[in-house]
Amino acid sequence: MAHYLLSVWHDDEYEVDFTTPEAQRIGPQVGAFNEELQAAGAWVFADGLMPASSATVVKPQGDGLVVVDGPYAEAKEQMGGFWVIDAPDLDAALEWARKAARACEQPVELRPMQVV
Amino acid sequence: MSDELADVFRREAGRCTATLIRVLGDVDLAEEAVAEAFAIAAARWPETGVPPNPGAWITTTARNRAIDRLRRESTRTDRYLAAHRLEEGDMPSDDPTGRELDALVEVVPDDQLRLMFLCCHPALAPEAQVALTLRLLGGLETPEIARAFLVPEATMAQRIVRAKRKLRDNHAPYRIPSAGELPERLRAVLAAIALIFTEGHRATSGDEAVRTDLSEEAIRLARVLVELMPDEPEAIGLLALLLLTDARRPARFDADGALVRLSDQDRSRWDRAKVAEGHALVRACLRRGRPGPYQLQAAIAAVHADAPTAADTDWGQVVALYDHLLRLQPSPVVALNRAVALAERDGPDAGLVALDELDAAALDRYAPFHASRAGLLLRAGRAAEAVTAFDRALELTTNPAERRFLSAERATAAAAAHGT
Repeated sequence: MAHYLLSVWHDDEYEVDFTTPEAQRIGPQVGAFNEELQAAGAWVFADGLMPASSATVVKPQGDGLVVVDGPYAEAKEQMGGFWVIDAPDLDAALEWARKAARACEQPVELRPMQVV
Repeated sequence: MSDELADVFRREAGRCTATLIRVLGDVDLAEEAVAEAFAIAAARWPETGVPPNPGAWITTTARNRAIDRLRRESTRTDRYLAAHRLEEGDMPSDDPTGRELDALVEVVPDDQLRLMFLCCHPALAPEAQVALTLRLLGGLETPEIARAFLVPEATMAQRIVRAKRKLRDNHAPYRIPSAGELPERLRAVLAAIALIFTEGHRATSGDEAVRTDLSEEAIRLARVLVELMPDEPEAIGLLALLLLTDARRPARFDADGALVRLSDQDRSRWDRAKVAEGHALVRACLRRGRPGPYQLQAAIAAVHADAPTAADTDWGQVVALYDHLLRLQPSPVVALNRAVALAERDGPDAGLVALDELDAAALDRYAPFHASRAGLLLRAGRAAEAVTAFDRALELTTNPAERRFLSAERATAAAAAHGT
């Protein structure tokens, strides 16, 4: 078995607001997906992230470190949440990624994790 | 002798690599071992002669070399274990002969199918799928593939290395996809083979207009796929389409190397054997009653092949087949081809009306759209507009044979425009 990161991507800055009709629809879908992951023994960890504007970056500079306002990547798309799953191979992980993308209605990136 | 070895290599390299990947569980190791085995064959076969089952000889020799290498390099425990596992496997380990070899190659067909699905995994970009397919299943060397696709050798090498690494890092499974995944996965395999053929058939640039090797390799791969999936009508449809298209090759260029339109081709120069085989395959797959895009395109090619001259073409049938294809595959390119067929059936004005209804934005960078439109405008007596459309088509065309054809047509249109 191997660990994979399923990350959820948002096109733009998003609000964390659970009262919108969209959030009301997606919330239960994601909940059901999480339960399915847990029942299958594929769940390792998952959570949503606060918006990218809340990010702070610490980076080495010379001998020291500097702390600056984030996010680090100046991209229009930012990671909004993630799952870490346990799957036997790429095809099984892709099947979970399909279900994740359907549940959260956003693009989901699948990436294998290093075996540490 | 070296020709014979080259033949064996062409025929067996993909098969041997496919089996060795399963046995060794590693693509690079399998490739290196197969290459080493062929090097041994090149040194030995001139004296001993080609063995009765050369593929099995190569596979077994490659496997033995891989075991030796693992032992030599085994600094890590898992490598010891891997070598140990190999030795306990059910493959013959000493100089292989007769029955042992037959038992060994019996398991090979499935391996090749596994490898096709691995190379064409949807996690890989199409250009990587194609490169990996040619490298692992076609046994082409990286410089050959780079030349065929007109990219620098380093670019192609990196593309192949990255694709292999992605499959390894992601733990891509080496198996035939489950029934549920199969339709989507098969589409990717068919598309990759079609892409290899198209690249060979209609080079997008470079002086050699038709790169025969790639077309032939695509036909060979389609044949292998049909052998491995005999109940898959779309695989048969693809093979039929490639054969019927390739049959026209001897008539596609004139003495000056300019492209000859389908309507102007000397049909006596079409390859009759390929036409006959393509026809038989079209009939065989359509009988199954599960038409798909490749079967319908093959059926259209078969209607053209049926006509002794362009004037004899049953355009009504072609339009009907395009209508069916458009329902299965509603794409602007299919709609363009349908409009062109419609013009043949009902005249250039009807064709231009159909073209005007197409998604012009989607087709604006597609040279055949402008070339087709230019041709119809010229036939409809709208020469000045035809010149503009030919200019746009020329801007988008790099293939020298196609450029020569378009330039000549443009000159005709310009002369007509001046005459009026």
